[in-house]
Amino acid sequence: MSDMQKAAENAETVDAQKTIGAQKTAGLVDAEGPAAEAPAADAGPAVDPRLLVREQGFAGYLTEFKRKIKGGELGSIPVVLGLIVIWAIFEITTGRFLDPANLSNIAQYIVGPGLIATGIVFVLLLGEIDLSVGSVAGLTAALTSVLAIKQDVNEALAVLIGLLAAAAIGALHGFFFAKIGVPAFVVTLAGFLGWSGLQLSVLGNTLSLNNISDGVVYSLNNTYFDDIAAAYGLATVCVVGYALAQLAERRRRQAVDLPHRPISELSLRTGAVAALAFTAAYVLNQSRGLPLGLTIFLGTVMLASFVLRRTRYGRTVFAVGGNAEAARRAGISVVTVRISVFAISGFLGGLGGLFIASQSGVADSNLGGGNMLMIAIAAAVIGGTSLFGGRGTPWSALLGILVIQSIMTGLYMQGSSSQAAQYMITGAVLLAAVVLDSVSRRTQKSAGRT
Amino acid sequence: MSAAPVLALRGVSKRFGAVQALTDVDLEVHAGQVVALVGDNGAGKSTLVKTIAGVHPVDDGVIEWSGAPVSISRPHDAQDLGIATVYQDLALCDNLDVVANLFLGRELGKATVLDEVAMEKRAKELLDTLSIRIPSVRIPIASLSGGQRQVVAIARALVGDPKLVILDEPTAALGVEQTAQVLDLVERLRERGHAVILISHNMADVKAVADEVAVLRLGRNNGVFSVRDTSHEEIIAAITGATENAVTRRQARNGEVAK
Repeated sequence: MSDMQKAAENAETVDAQKTIGAQKTAGLVDAEGPAAEAPAADAGPAVDPRLLVREQGFAGYLTEFKRKIKGGELGSIPVVLGLIVIWAIFEITTGRFLDPANLSNIAQYIVGPGLIATGIVFVLLLGEIDLSVGSVAGLTAALTSVLAIKQDVNEALAVLIGLLAAAAIGALHGFFFAKIGVPAFVVTLAGFLGWSGLQLSVLGNTLSLNNISDGVVYSLNNTYFDDIAAAYGLATVCVVGYALAQLAERRRRQAVDLPHRPISELSLRTGAVAALAFTAAYVLNQSRGLPLGLTIFLGTVMLASFVLRRTRYGRTVFAVGGNAEAARRAGISVVTVRISVFAISGFLGGLGGLFIASQSGVADSNLGGGNMLMIAIAAAVIGGTSLFGGRGTPWSALLGILVIQSIMTGLYMQGSSSQAAQYMITGAVLLAAVVLDSVSRRTQKSAGRT
Repeated sequence: MSAAPVLALRGVSKRFGAVQALTDVDLEVHAGQVVALVGDNGAGKSTLVKTIAGVHPVDDGVIEWSGAPVSISRPHDAQDLGIATVYQDLALCDNLDVVANLFLGRELGKATVLDEVAMEKRAKELLDTLSIRIPSVRIPIASLSGGQRQVVAIARALVGDPKLVILDEPTAALGVEQTAQVLDLVERLRERGHAVILISHNMADVKAVADEVAVLRLGRNNGVFSVRDTSHEEIIAAITGATENAVTRRQARNGEVAK
């Protein structure tokens, strides 16, 4: 505790020094300007504080990290800590939770709900909610199976039709919400009922269709690259790609004299990514090898993250989620953004449905029903995406669904086959996540007004 | 000031249903000039600004831009001409950082991929030339103070290098020190050769930075005054329409006697 206090004091001293330095600079600037008489008391530091932080090397990085925590920018720290605690508890109580075979199973189970949750992240970024994703998942799986099995359509084509239908359904929700002005909650609630009705009617009196063995849908979540080179190769590609991207950005920022991350920080980050990637690859290789489903899920999350953070489209999504009126005045077509986001949510919901069908072996009337919707939304929120819009990342879908699936699997292994404990614990975790979200939002506000 | 005004309104009128919001309004703004637009509530200030910004097209009258008549029927037209408007509610996205807000809607980059480095560099240059002081260009707007938000909003209007900047009540919600910052910024805009239309209720602010005061009353012009040789009371009188009453006449007489 005393160490932490010391560190905090140090950080404050640094802050104070920064402010003094900055005020000196500000004073100079003022003296040159026309308004030399204007006092700079309220001005705050003129220098980018990160500049100082980054130049101090690794120690400076820690300072910034502490500042972020103090300011309420918790990011994914709580959920990572929570995941470690959950895994530790179940490993201690069951003794085989961290076995490669079990972790490999978890990696298979998370893909479907995880993809649905990724779509939910997009909708939550707008500050809206999509209650229909479970039904859309079920309908997509049913439609694809009926086309492929009963109507003898080529299975790959059936998958394509199913996914297009899912995206179109999402766009339809978006149309009613963005163009007509019906609250998204109500539109998607209607969709939740309507599409699961259509799911039943598409299935007709069959109610359950087994996947074509070794067909497209079957392969999605049951294919494993058991050559150990596959998992290690993918891990290597990810780590090298990450390192190169970071170095390239650093070089570009250095070239134009902007604050950039020190090599020590880049090494640490790359080291962390490498440790994670190779541990995962090692564990997967101990069991069935690299799963195709997990690869697609990770690829989707990475792509979604790139789109949201690095493209104009992603910027418009954040802008509409933060302040729709400001976005409209900046020339962004709010309607288009909203419709497209709901289409993405529908598409990923449908894709998730196919993976669930693949993993469970059947497309039936229960698929996407029950608590699937709640799991997907809870995953996105537990992972750290704000319910209030404008804050979040697709990675929260991965983290959140890992937490939920770990709880479900762990409780099952402990022998409590009833869903009672599972529901209650997942509910408590979700509540904790939302409380954290609300509290950190409040802390951010108060920290911002110093 | 001999050159044609950057913006000139000639006999502009605007109706909303049964309400005649603007009647034959004239207004001229030159480059490097700050014109304060004042008037009581409902005098038509906001409507006038919105016709210039293209939110409401005019019904009657001519808008001249650098001496040539133009038609402004959409916000886009105004932006293309070089008119930037900073609305009272700022229209910033709290969740995005300063750079993202400055370039919102006109991000730099290749195809669809953003060029964050170029944007951050230009943002810093812009903020430096305006002597705007904020802790970091990479912190969310949510953690800035009201005055800092206002200057970011004004800086954002300057990203497209407009000829005319319209500020709608930029100091209404600010404290003393923050108001001073914003007024400094208005002066810097004038020095850089921008034409500025400043809407304000605060006579002290107006007298501090404006060159001319255009008074609107009940949707009509009620005089354009040079700030330097007009008294506070005369402007107030023009705003309230109290130009012709016993008190003002006495004041005018007393003034003459005093001279």
